[in-house]
Amino acid sequence: MALISFFAAAVVAGTPLLFATLGEILTEKSGNLNLGVEGMMLMGAVVGFQVGIMTQNPYLALIGAMGAGGLGAIIYGFLTITLRANQVVTGLSLTIFGAGFANYMGQKLIGQVVPESMKIFFRPVSLPVLGDIPYIGAIFFRQDPFVYLGYITAIVLGIYLYHTQYGLHVRVVGENPGAADASGVSVSMYKYIHCVVGGALCGLGGAYLSLVYVPAWQENVTAGRGWIAVALVIFAAWNPYKALIGACFFGGLDIVGFRLQAFDLKISQYIINMLPYIVTICVLIIASVRKSKEYGGPKGLGIPYFREER
Amino acid sequence: MIRLIKKADISQSQIMTIRIMAVFLSLFTAGVFILFLGHNPFSVYGSMMSGSFGSLYRLQETILKTIPLLITSLGIAVAFRMKFWNIGAEGQICMGAFCASFFALHFSELPSLILLPIMMVAGIVGGGVWALIPGVFKAYFGTNETLFTLMMNYIALKWITYLQYGPWKDPDALGFPKIKNFSESAILPNIFGIHIGWIIALLLVAIMHFFIHYTKKGYEITVVGESENTARYAGMDVKKVVLIGLLISGGLCGITGMIQASAISNTLSVEVSGGVGFTAIITTWLSGLSAPMIVLISFLFAILVQGGSFIQTAFQIPQSAAQMLQGVILFFVLGSEFFIQYQVIFPWNQYMQKEEN
Repeated sequence: MALISFFAAAVVAGTPLLFATLGEILTEKSGNLNLGVEGMMLMGAVVGFQVGIMTQNPYLALIGAMGAGGLGAIIYGFLTITLRANQVVTGLSLTIFGAGFANYMGQKLIGQVVPESMKIFFRPVSLPVLGDIPYIGAIFFRQDPFVYLGYITAIVLGIYLYHTQYGLHVRVVGENPGAADASGVSVSMYKYIHCVVGGALCGLGGAYLSLVYVPAWQENVTAGRGWIAVALVIFAAWNPYKALIGACFFGGLDIVGFRLQAFDLKISQYIINMLPYIVTICVLIIASVRKSKEYGGPKGLGIPYFREER
Repeated sequence: MIRLIKKADISQSQIMTIRIMAVFLSLFTAGVFILFLGHNPFSVYGSMMSGSFGSLYRLQETILKTIPLLITSLGIAVAFRMKFWNIGAEGQICMGAFCASFFALHFSELPSLILLPIMMVAGIVGGGVWALIPGVFKAYFGTNETLFTLMMNYIALKWITYLQYGPWKDPDALGFPKIKNFSESAILPNIFGIHIGWIIALLLVAIMHFFIHYTKKGYEITVVGESENTARYAGMDVKKVVLIGLLISGGLCGITGMIQASAISNTLSVEVSGGVGFTAIITTWLSGLSAPMIVLISFLFAILVQGGSFIQTAFQIPQSAAQMLQGVILFFVLGSEFFIQYQVIFPWNQYMQKEEN
């Protein structure tokens, strides 16, 4: 039973990572390397929390969080897509800005707790039929609605990217913007839309932390999860379905050290905390040694597109 | 239709005008925000200035904040010059600090004159090796260095945390997770009230400027960055150049780590880099990879940081607001690069050009 509760907790710990990762996958698939994930998550976390406390309405809180994350992405998009600024530097600046924004907004929120009505809204619900499957049901289908939203988002994104014309266009924009432009796809528009939707998803990931996972406001609530999400994108080979599995795995790593203490095992939590990054580096290395296209990432990643320079 | 043209030649004074305009625009935007908070923007900016220059002590604080940014930016610039996107400075600082601290803690009875140089070399090796690992994989397999170096940061940070909370924890600190303070001999001496890091930094600026522009290796690094094929055609060993460049890049970051551990915190802690590795990426980029410009930009950024912490006490404006201000200024300056590189031609201007012809 301990094992099942551990896996169920891993799914929960993986949910903020999942949203941020899906957002970053969408962003990177369109050729933008946005390292501002941590910043956008923080912006979403604080705005979601603030709106939640003010309105007591969970839907408005989520919309607020998405708006905040999306706003961060719009700044990033304007600078990198329209003004062709360096993507890495802009992303890092966005993280500085987002952290400042969240700390500033959150100053009056420190110690505040999510209202009871919203806690009830976000409490775990057992899905009919699925929740009764032995083992699997207890791990995956007796979770809070936010977790289910994560599953749905991952599947919808997977279908979108691999089975629709729009998804095909996005992938071309990310791989070879010149070819996309020549075939009549509006490169800038695709980049903008996917950046902003990606940012909104990062904001949702942040809101999960402040509204459900903690659920109270504390400074630096993301604690580096944005960077784990960047790692997870690589681990998942830019694939939303694999992100679903990867998020559970990384979520498990996030909590395993704490759980191991109960068994008096002498493995430091801090060494275990290194694992996501080490695993990601291994994936990067193996991908490059085998020249794997799948794990190499979009070809146009990090390069601003300029039609006149083609 | 709105068209863009890449500006062929643009004078230094034009570039400076655009940059200064960007900074003013960002100060204006932030000023509106400060007004919105109910403060007078002029007095806030004024007190940021007096917080950075107002007294000898404050000026020293500003310089103390410049030193790590400056040295780290010099290091990052070497890698960027080769178009190797080393964003792992944070980790390289940590590992440099770790190696230097190893000697500081285990050979504390050595005299300063021997111990400090050993720590310096250890710092260079620690930072250099940490940069070399992704470098080797990039050179031989083409592994994506941006993501690789980024991940290496967190491994280094967790490693230091592990040491601080585990094997290196000071048993005399009453359970408080900190590493033992260095002995006197492991702490950099002061000159004019500031640790000698500032002399090291200025020396390094001169050395790096000379190295890049007046030595063969420096030239090779520039050529590899401009075009790898050209470098190969000219008979350069590209892999070797990249690896040497990275040793230098990481080594400089390692020096930062050694200085910060020795002179600022007098011990090793997770805060040893304190985000300098990331901030320095921005300062490096804004300075256009030129060593003298790095001095200026790092100093300006240190004013922002120091002034930001000062307005917290003077106006009760939280430091996070200053952090946002940093972000806003960066956005504007990054955006202004566009107007340095490109000329926007609006439809009405096109017709005017035709009439003139």
